[in-house]
Amino acid sequence: MATGVAAWLPFARAAAIGWMPVATCPMPVAPRDNSKKQDELIILNVSGRRFQTWRTTLDRYPDTLLGSSEKDFFYNEDTKEYFFDRDPDAFRSILNFYRTGKLHYPRHECISAYDEELTFFGIIPEIIGDCCYEEYKDRKRENLERLQDDQEENKDLKLPNLNFRETMWRAFENPHTSTLALVFYYVTGFFIAISVITNVVETVPCSSTTNQKDMPCGERYTVAFFCIDTACVMIFTVEYLLRLFAAPSRYRFMRSVMSIIDVVAILPYYIGLVMTDNEDVSGAFVTLRVFRVFRIFKFSRHSQGLRILGYTLKSCASELGFLLFSLTMAIIIFATVMFYAEKGSSSTKFTSIPASFWYTIVTMTTLGYGDMVPKTIAGKIFGSICSLSGVLVIALPVPVIVSNFSRIYHQNQRADKRRAQKKTRLARIKIAKSGSSNAFLQSKHNGLLNELLELTGSEEDEQKLIKSTSLLESQHHHLLHCLEKTTVRTPLCFALNSQNSSAHEFVDEQVYEQNCLKTALQTYPSHSPSIASHDSPAVSCCCTSGKKNTPLPNASLSPANPVPSHRGPPQELSALHIQASDPMSQISSRSNLNLRTNESNRVNCKSGRITTAIISLPTPPALTPDADGLHGPPQRRPPPPLGPSIQTTTSSAGTNIVKVSAL
Amino acid sequence: MLSAIWETEGLQTVGIVVLVFASIKLLHILGLISFSEDSVEDELELSAVRHRPEGLEQLEAQTRFSRKELQILYRGFKNECPSGVVNEDTFKDIYAQFFPQGDASTYAHFLFNAFDTDHNGSLSFEDFVMGLSILLRGTVQEKLIWAFNLYDINKDGYITKEEMLDIMKAIYDMMGKCTYPVLKEETPRQHVEVFFQKMDKNKDGVVTIDEFIDCCQNDENIMRSMHLFENVL
Repeated sequence: MATGVAAWLPFARAAAIGWMPVATCPMPVAPRDNSKKQDELIILNVSGRRFQTWRTTLDRYPDTLLGSSEKDFFYNEDTKEYFFDRDPDAFRSILNFYRTGKLHYPRHECISAYDEELTFFGIIPEIIGDCCYEEYKDRKRENLERLQDDQEENKDLKLPNLNFRETMWRAFENPHTSTLALVFYYVTGFFIAISVITNVVETVPCSSTTNQKDMPCGERYTVAFFCIDTACVMIFTVEYLLRLFAAPSRYRFMRSVMSIIDVVAILPYYIGLVMTDNEDVSGAFVTLRVFRVFRIFKFSRHSQGLRILGYTLKSCASELGFLLFSLTMAIIIFATVMFYAEKGSSSTKFTSIPASFWYTIVTMTTLGYGDMVPKTIAGKIFGSICSLSGVLVIALPVPVIVSNFSRIYHQNQRADKRRAQKKTRLARIKIAKSGSSNAFLQSKHNGLLNELLELTGSEEDEQKLIKSTSLLESQHHHLLHCLEKTTVRTPLCFALNSQNSSAHEFVDEQVYEQNCLKTALQTYPSHSPSIASHDSPAVSCCCTSGKKNTPLPNASLSPANPVPSHRGPPQELSALHIQASDPMSQISSRSNLNLRTNESNRVNCKSGRITTAIISLPTPPALTPDADGLHGPPQRRPPPPLGPSIQTTTSSAGTNIVKVSAL
Repeated sequence: MLSAIWETEGLQTVGIVVLVFASIKLLHILGLISFSEDSVEDELELSAVRHRPEGLEQLEAQTRFSRKELQILYRGFKNECPSGVVNEDTFKDIYAQFFPQGDASTYAHFLFNAFDTDHNGSLSFEDFVMGLSILLRGTVQEKLIWAFNLYDINKDGYITKEEMLDIMKAIYDMMGKCTYPVLKEETPRQHVEVFFQKMDKNKDGVVTIDEFIDCCQNDENIMRSMHLFENVL
């Protein structure tokens, strides 16, 4: 469809008169343009900024929002304009598309925001003009990579239902998932280092007391070196077999670079075992020992930087190839020239062109050993040209490789940084989210409170407590309430709520976890309220001094509440464990007034300290939960802020434990 | 003795170097080598041609379009050609967009020549609008004269068979390859034969303008077709 040149259609139709006299049969009837209205100006009001254009301009692209009747949905009768509640800056480029037929991508615009605008207005991004298309595609690819990185992170957290093999593979790939994996990681690293050092030291001449001549240490202490070698190879073999067993796709694993390196590293030993002191093949055996040095490449599993280097070299393969090719060309040229220049001089080392290769290479890389030097003047001139050009040829592709490496390295750094930041971000977002869910619980109690106050007849309190919830909020809460009423209770976790209605209720995460723990830890007799710290070594919150287990005055409530850092089963390993606290909690809650003794303890806990912990389980910030929320008049206050009680204040009294893992 | 060897060798070396540089300089003078990139840019001198049409009133007087129609036409024209003139390549591009399945460049070339009445190689808005005025608002006679002008490629007042064949081939080219029934090589030729049978009254091998107009006015189909394009704008 010649939409861009729709304005020229009348011309093309008029020019068709040229075919008339030639035609042998009569022409078909022309379509009637019944809706012939005058071209009118349309006003498009985008968030206050008014754009005006002709109707026919918009009609050029009838499969977009503005070109079709879809825009009638946005028509405002009072002001006789089309109102769109979108970004006026992005709208500029969209309207320009209608005007000029070319869609441009403004560089300062965020790629996902721009994509959204395009989708809203029904324009496919493929028609972005050539001038801006490359930029658009690059930004889009970057964004996609970032999203994929994030998704891969989320995949790591998928814990349950992994069988033994998958756990093992995961342990191999991400050493920080469990202690055992970390231990294994360090042990293998250690043995790789040992093996490499052994190989090196083996060749150092040790002076022996008996003989006068020096022999390498390898021949002197054969047994010792053999034992060390055996041990290392055993470890490597075991590791390789374990990896092979755990790999999800064994064939693919065997083809991967790392596994090939592993095999090459351990094969010489076994071949050496097989071929015992046979004189003929001992030469070959010695050569095989060279392959032992490949063990050093096993370090690349341990070092991110090494992997990046390898990846860079792989991605710069074309530049390296070009470098090699141009060097070869230059070498051949200069070697030929030098040979012929030096041919005349006597006793020259440039006996043939291949012999001159060595001189050329040494000169071009500015090594200049000096074992071959030209003697004739022509030779010297061409030799100097050779060294100058060598510098140039080598210097040219190197910046490309450098920039590639820099880009990949920074990408990696960014990925690590994002991962680290993500935990804090997610924790903060979680606070905000639980704030909203707690608001529901809060308002529920306000609702109950209102009922109670009506019973007691106290008017001012009622005024104070009716918070100004917006209509949206109250409707939302009503919806959640309806959902609660719909569900039927199961007698599992809420054993205490015998007096309640039979519906499920929304409760705070903490209480939910408490209750679930309660059922899980029924058999633990030591689970009694005490202020002594838990002895479980797994938990190492800062509260080792004063672990909070405040006694509850009301025994009918659930027994001791574990301190926020839950004794859940060890879930994730983290290297750092930052505990941040919300200082608001103590002050604003009414209930805390009774618990001054506990306050000091809590204050100690709540100073932000960084400890290296082995376990952390993220606990949500707790508004006071309402496990059994609906009963009890408000004067049942004394329970601790973390106990199940009714609170009318909205402070978030909890510690936010944030995991930051760095490796 | 040694100094003699050095002398000869030194002279040789100097001679070689001088020769090399002289040859490079010679090639540079001859223009075979250029050392800087600027020479490429010099060739791409952009001639900024601008053209502003005559006033609206004059155009209104000269053509049979109303003011509003002229406005609409000019807006469309200037949108596609911001510089105010259409050169032949742009014209071909625009016209080709209406016929994506075939090759409209030959016919567009003939059209361009028909519109470009002053033959200066570019089509200004006046040319454009004059042509359109005749085609859309002119009398049948004027339209037929315009069509004759289109067919008469060398503008000598006669349509020869070769000219007609060119035009016919151009029209059939616009159809493209995928037609039903499949276009054969001799179809244009046959069509030209039919045309000449009809038009060439005195069988002298050319069609004059009078023969053309007479014949077309007597042909009902053609007359009816002419009226079809009246309410294009």
